[in-house]
Amino acid sequence: MIDPHLRHVSRLGRQPSAFRLAGTPVITVMLGSAVTVLPVIAQAPVMPPFGLLLLLSWRLLRPELWRTWIGVPLGLFDDMMSGQPIGSSMFLWTVMLIGVDAVEHRMVWRSYRQDWLIASVAIIFCIVGGAFLASVAGGGDINLYLVAPQLLCTILLFPFVVRQCAQIDRWRVMA
Amino acid sequence: MARPPSRRPGHNRKAQYSLFASYVVAMTGAAVGLLLVVVAMFDPTGFAVIRTATAEITRPASIAMRNMVSGVSSIDEVLTAYWRAGSQNVALRRQVETDRNRIIEAKAVAQENARLKKLLKLVDADESHLLTARLIASSSSSTRRFARLNAGRWQGVRTGMPVRAPEGLVGRIHSTTPNTAEVLLLTDGSNIVPVRRANDSVPAISTGLGDGTLEIRALAAGRNPFHPGDILVTSGVGGVYQPNIPVAVIVRIAGEIAYGVPLANPSKVDAVVVERSFEEAVTRTEPTPPVPTDAGAAANATAP
Repeated sequence: MIDPHLRHVSRLGRQPSAFRLAGTPVITVMLGSAVTVLPVIAQAPVMPPFGLLLLLSWRLLRPELWRTWIGVPLGLFDDMMSGQPIGSSMFLWTVMLIGVDAVEHRMVWRSYRQDWLIASVAIIFCIVGGAFLASVAGGGDINLYLVAPQLLCTILLFPFVVRQCAQIDRWRVMA
Repeated sequence: MARPPSRRPGHNRKAQYSLFASYVVAMTGAAVGLLLVVVAMFDPTGFAVIRTATAEITRPASIAMRNMVSGVSSIDEVLTAYWRAGSQNVALRRQVETDRNRIIEAKAVAQENARLKKLLKLVDADESHLLTARLIASSSSSTRRFARLNAGRWQGVRTGMPVRAPEGLVGRIHSTTPNTAEVLLLTDGSNIVPVRRANDSVPAISTGLGDGTLEIRALAAGRNPFHPGDILVTSGVGGVYQPNIPVAVIVRIAGEIAYGVPLANPSKVDAVVVERSFEEAVTRTEPTPPVPTDAGAAANATAP
């Protein structure tokens, strides 16, 4: 190479590595699930599920990126990190991804607002379903008012997370 | 954005099969997930072993961050302390002077107490204390209320051991990994603690509500005996918790149910103490229970 400083500049005709292309979305979702590592001893479900938010962002930004089975391994990892019963995110995330597929099939055209609507429904499904599965798997009675603040802040956080995801995506595909 | 083209594979047979297979895998995975939840209904800690790897791997990160933020979390207290530093200083100094006498009296009483207990040949075997550790993380995005403790099986922590702070009860150990343990907090919906009112021993049951408060139900039928401000302590019934650990203070009454707030806030306490189960601590020092002899059994059998 003539000029070594040009190595980090994006250039036409160069491909980013396969690991960067395929691994970045998976790693970001796993990091989102791992937000429970933060030393916050919560007294109520206050932390938005960042793993779910990032999964939805990637799915809606890049429909061709993943097949629906990606919900199984990513959901299992989320279950391991969160205190939910093992299997709950595995089930909910995969069903949610299949649902997003079905909705996308019927929609001819969608934009930012439709994305947010799809994400809101998906978030409500996953959080309420998670609360239900946690309560039947030995969690005692759980009132839905308990997850209402978390639902609201997660839905409101979605546009921000999508924006950050798009930034990462730009870096990901840039050679 | 228009509909993505890749979802309809057209006439390419291989692409069609691949898409079909992906849905089959996804449905199977979802079914397996549901099955795992159903298994967890009957055996809540059965698959907790799967968490061992992540709990162990994330432990150093949690500890490091915990050490960084331990000063930050109390910054509001530090700021409010500066607000009325002068007058507070005078008031605190007066209080210290009055408290000093009380402490001396209390020491004398404790000494007398020890002497009297010796006279009664009552050994106060306080061997319940196992170890002191810190809470390093929690299930902050879930509706369950778990906290992760920085000590595990290799340090002697076992499932079911009570966890307390100086202020009061925090919870009990739910599952353990080699170096960490999950603490089922007092406020979790499945944590039921037998309690009694501190001053007159009215028995009650405390259940977590998941939002940082507790539901207190009196065991006696009839009118709700509790009033806001009542202090509840563990009663020792059931053999898990030592008696007389402070649990909660009642804040609100609604018909048959009283609502309480735990006295120990797990997000504020610096370190927690893991204790041996009450039953274990009581029975551990005794020799093996005497085997009933045939004569004794016969005597019991013939007794009316």
